Amino acid sequence: MVRDARKMTRAAKPDESPAKPSRPEQQRFPPMISQSNELPLEAPLLLQLHDLMVKARCLEERLIAMYKSGHGYFWIGGPGEEAFNVALGLLIKKGQGPAFDYLHFHYRQSATLLAMGEDPMGAIRQMKNVAADPYSGGRNFAGHFAKKEWNLVPVSSPIEVQYAMAPGTALVQKRHGGDGITIVTGGDAGTAEGDFATCLTWSSRPGQELPVLIIVTNNRWGISTPAGQVQAVEKVSDRGVAFGIKSKTIDGNDPIGAWLELKEAFEYVRTERKPYLVEANVSRLFGHSSASGANYVTNEADCITRFEERLEQHGVLTRAQANALREKYATEFADLARIAKEEAFPDGQTIWDHVFHGEPGRDPFPR
Amino acid sequence: MANIAQAVRLALHYAEEHLGVTDIFGEDVGPPLGGVFTCTQGLKTTWNSPLDERGIIGMAMGIAMAGGRPVAEIQFCDYVYNTIDLLKLAGNTYWSSNGQWNLPMVVMTPVGSGIRGSIYHSHSFDATATHIPGWKIVMPSTPLDTYGLLLAACRETNPVMFLIPKALMRVKGDELIPGEPVEDKALSKLIDAPLGDRSKWVPQWPTLDEVIIPIGKAKTVRTGSQVTVVSYGRTLPMCAKAAEALAAEGVDAEVIDLRSLWPYDWDALKASIEKTGRVVFVNEDTEVTNFGEHLMRRTTDELFYKLLAPPKLVAGKFVPGIGLADPLEAASVPQQHDIEAAIRSTAAMAP
Ligand SMILES: Cc1ncc(C[n+]2csc(CCOP(=O)(O)OP(=O)(O)O)c2C)c(N)n1
Repeated sequence: MVRDARKMTRAAKPDESPAKPSRPEQQRFPPMISQSNELPLEAPLLLQLHDLMVKARCLEERLIAMYKSGHGYFWIGGPGEEAFNVALGLLIKKGQGPAFDYLHFHYRQSATLLAMGEDPMGAIRQMKNVAADPYSGGRNFAGHFAKKEWNLVPVSSPIEVQYAMAPGTALVQKRHGGDGITIVTGGDAGTAEGDFATCLTWSSRPGQELPVLIIVTNNRWGISTPAGQVQAVEKVSDRGVAFGIKSKTIDGNDPIGAWLELKEAFEYVRTERKPYLVEANVSRLFGHSSASGANYVTNEADCITRFEERLEQHGVLTRAQANALREKYATEFADLARIAKEEAFPDGQTIWDHVFHGEPGRDPFPR
Repeated sequence: MANIAQAVRLALHYAEEHLGVTDIFGEDVGPPLGGVFTCTQGLKTTWNSPLDERGIIGMAMGIAMAGGRPVAEIQFCDYVYNTIDLLKLAGNTYWSSNGQWNLPMVVMTPVGSGIRGSIYHSHSFDATATHIPGWKIVMPSTPLDTYGLLLAACRETNPVMFLIPKALMRVKGDELIPGEPVEDKALSKLIDAPLGDRSKWVPQWPTLDEVIIPIGKAKTVRTGSQVTVVSYGRTLPMCAKAAEALAAEGVDAEVIDLRSLWPYDWDALKASIEKTGRVVFVNEDTEVTNFGEHLMRRTTDELFYKLLAPPKLVAGKFVPGIGLADPLEAASVPQQHDIEAAIRSTAAMAP
């Protein structure tokens, strides 16, 4: 357990200050994929989960390849979180306005978008920062999605700010009635920011609880800093307890468990109109971002490999099918990337567009 | 005649009745207090927030995203500083989403010195606010302008920062807000909450008319030919008074209340400076990277050959705080005599 790993680190070097970073090995979760022999979901859903997980992985791999071949300046994304993020996407009530779910995401959510039915070309265009990037028109990094039609508020780089905004959309939804909820996601290191406490405080005001599904995907890293070195909390989900928020830590590397746990959490928030905190333990398979090389790591559990083994064992999927699926998506995204590479960048003069709503973009100064 | 605190209240009442304002909130904004400056007493949609400025700004952004119309208060602008990156985010959300997500939200906060507020109730915020693109920034100096600008702010579809000069909060105007009773004490009887138990109190709102003062329009409060004085907020009435005093010495100053800092009324400034050839910018924020410095840059860039004197800035001293004792505050922010001296010397200059 992470907890044990932290204890070990501390016990071994009780007086060192600052503590040496733990080695990656010490950060590893034990195998998190449930070894249970049962598959509690029906085959079509299992295959859908698998398909989307592979699709998301192939998309991220393509984005990384684009970065490495000079077709993008920076990569950050969600490989390693597919099991959880696909399950999340399948459970979202997609649409515009308070009757639907509001999404306050961070930058590792591509699998969720694909599960919601998003066209992967958008992520590829954003990677290449072309004018046709549907999320930001070439203004923002990869993985910084924004889609008003789906209540997906702009992903922004400052860590944790989304947790401060989430109660706002949830407040409108609570008043509006219906079962639309707000979902906020972020990493574990960011929970040290005050905005995480803001989210807990504002969504649990007595008698005014808000329908927020508060999610923390815990990969036990903040770039290079191991969680155990900087935070004493054993489980992020414990943070919710003091606020009377129903809270749970789950295995985010198991798509089946994640789907079942999330389903329960969604149902609770939708019907009770109260917050629920889910901490999902996940892997980080290509490091933090392109800044740390974006190479596959071999010392963390790969949710896809594990899931495929399990599906194979149960005769739901063959190795050949799995390989063919990977091949299909890899080819598809390579083709899409080739198209995006030929597309135009935004014109420099468009910097004046969308400074203010309702006004034509213009340079306010004579030059 | 309403004072600025009452004008805020009247405007918010109008805005929640007619302009779709859904939430007026912040620390102590709801009952029983109705705001530490009483700006939100008796309103329908007020509520008390947790003591968390980042939460307040984040909440306002979220409400705006979901189709509500929030007016959030930061109790003193001295405490808005820990929200700067959220303010940046609110200012760039429309831009960064390439025109998808605009945020109709108002943040109002009392600013500036003049109430012996010492180090943490005397800050200004105009210099910092004008460093954050994507916001409209206004700062009235009279009750009627407060009313009209706040209605304009509540109609905006972009974030608006509404800076209220706290030293002027209780100063009565000399123009009626349309609908307010003419008789002096009558308004107070209708809309000021009583001291003591307020649980049974309900305000009696006068029937108000809509006045929209467009954001971006300055107001000439005194015409003159020799020197232009541009100010806003607490220092504006001081400039007007200085101009009156100097008239007796034969100095003819034009005084402009900028009212909106972004966008600002360059046409009005330009026309006036072209006419007088001299300009003094006055505000009380610290003088280094002060908003007045931007206006001086614009003036020299565009009007250099029309100038008869170097543009002048009268602003707060670049020190870490405003001390409590009278002489400390007086030495830190522009005083009547500083403004008079600057106008006098600028008016006397010739190439
Ligand atoms: C407010 C802020 N501080 C620092 C950074 C730089 N930064 C980007 S990601 C990151 C680590 C985030 O870790 P975590 O919250 O665990 O999420 P993860 O990336 O591991 O999913 C940091 C420090 C930032 N973007 N924003």
